[in-house]
Amino acid sequence: MVLSEKEHINLQGNLRLKILRLHHSAGSGHIGCSLSCIDIMISILRYKDAQDSFILSKGHAATALYSILNELGDIPNEDMSTFYKNSTTLPAHPAPGKYAAIPFATGSLGHGLPIASGIATANKLSGSAAISYVLMSDGETNEGTTWEAAHFAVANKLDNLLVIIDKNGLQGFGNTIDILGDTAAVALWQTIGFDVATADGHNVNNLIDVRNSLLATHNGKPKVIIANTIKGKGVSYMENKMEWHYLPMNGSQYTEAVDGIKTKYNL
Amino acid sequence: MRKEFSTYIEKIATQQKDIVFITGDLGYNALENLADAMGNRFINAGVAEQNMIGVAAGMAYKGYKVICYSIAPFVVYRCLEQVRNDVCFHNLPVYIVGNGGGYGYGIMGSSHHCIEDIACFSGLPNMKCYVPAFVEDLDACLTDMFDRKKPAYLRLGLGKNRPEFLLPTPFGAASKLSAGSGLTIVAQSPVANNIFAALAGDSNQHCVDLFIVDHMPFTTLPDTLAQSIQNSGNVLVIEEHIATGGLGQALSTLIHTASLPVHRFVHLFAAGYPDGLYGSQSFHQQVSRLDENSISQTINSFFQPL
Repeated sequence: MVLSEKEHINLQGNLRLKILRLHHSAGSGHIGCSLSCIDIMISILRYKDAQDSFILSKGHAATALYSILNELGDIPNEDMSTFYKNSTTLPAHPAPGKYAAIPFATGSLGHGLPIASGIATANKLSGSAAISYVLMSDGETNEGTTWEAAHFAVANKLDNLLVIIDKNGLQGFGNTIDILGDTAAVALWQTIGFDVATADGHNVNNLIDVRNSLLATHNGKPKVIIANTIKGKGVSYMENKMEWHYLPMNGSQYTEAVDGIKTKYNL
Repeated sequence: MRKEFSTYIEKIATQQKDIVFITGDLGYNALENLADAMGNRFINAGVAEQNMIGVAAGMAYKGYKVICYSIAPFVVYRCLEQVRNDVCFHNLPVYIVGNGGGYGYGIMGSSHHCIEDIACFSGLPNMKCYVPAFVEDLDACLTDMFDRKKPAYLRLGLGKNRPEFLLPTPFGAASKLSAGSGLTIVAQSPVANNIFAALAGDSNQHCVDLFIVDHMPFTTLPDTLAQSIQNSGNVLVIEEHIATGGLGQALSTLIHTASLPVHRFVHLFAAGYPDGLYGSQSFHQQVSRLDENSISQTINSFFQPL
């Protein structure tokens, strides 16, 4: 059953606190990237069927993935406490072969869409109705493999493939628009032959509606949701700031972040 | 070997419906039989090799055994990270098949040669590289590959038949092909045929032990090979691959680890393009001293009085 908007906001806040706790205890970066896409992950991972697959192609948002999988019971609490430490199964980018809910190790960009296209091809071939989901970053659409895979998906009529692009407008060393231009533009994906929809990437109910609408159309076209997001969403001093791709929080920053989340998400 | 390869795949894919064949838009006049026999399990992924490997990994994750075919350099260098991260890290049954390994594409030039493939692939986790020397060895390599159900690379070369005078050998890490005691030759890939040509009619041929290593990494020294090296104290390694990361270095490590006494160790390998000149496969073998005459001279040098 789909949660109410209020319940979603509660979950969005709590998962943000979980993400912040992981980063604070580890002293690690990539905080902004996880806060950017956690709401998209809720909309997919909490509602997908068991037979469906999900690939986090932007593997640097691992704490968002770990947090929601922990929430869903796919990663035990004792593992969460080892995040980023020696002998962990939860490194900064997802590791291979450790959790059934993390079918592929990612961290190098541009790998998820080809893999997800392969899963969708296999599902078609075997007659399975399973959906293949992949979450990418907008910076990641710079990668050539994005376009190899996009054409492959269209040519092979993979309407069981749903791509979600976390479009926060920032990438490794600047604004995406200033680097290679808008490689996550609606028109590009439409021209290639995808069914394209945009969504508010921080409104889970909106994301679910858009997803359902796209998947209801069995027209032989692969689907993409271009989700408009804010890097660092929920922590005022991190929002839309490239440096929060990299920086860890100090003690006072952590306190400020937690307080801010509690206020904004009514916790 | 390409024809024999496609014949084998056609046969096994007809029986096993979980086999998928993906080509990187190559196979004209060679793979049409597979396209006909496999139907929607034969996929042309276009000129997009990196995506081809990612797609194969996704399909293998869902239970398929997936062959990815292209000209060797295109399916090795272009998508090395996809092979490592998507296939090998996850130990998936994706079988990468590169046609024309070594200098196989001759005058097509360096972009079409593949002389560093084993160095690139054989160190990847879970990966096994197959480098058959003769047409007759291809079936055994493919059978092992499909039975193993793990990442694999098959380097196809110009297929020649196994010479009749050779001892029959099963598939193995170092197949012993003849028997002698003065020199141990260890070779890989169809360049081995130049050794046999060099040995034919050579008065030294009965003093030579020949071994073929048809898969990599080569991590265990078989007793027969160790014994041969112990007896001869002379080793000649021949491979159509650069010196770095190939058979010669692997064997050298094994010899040192086993503390075998070696009087002389000579390594003939692909030299690259030392003069910046290009030609047929035979031309490049000549430049690298891998041709019949050069090999014959090298063999004879072991039997010259010092």
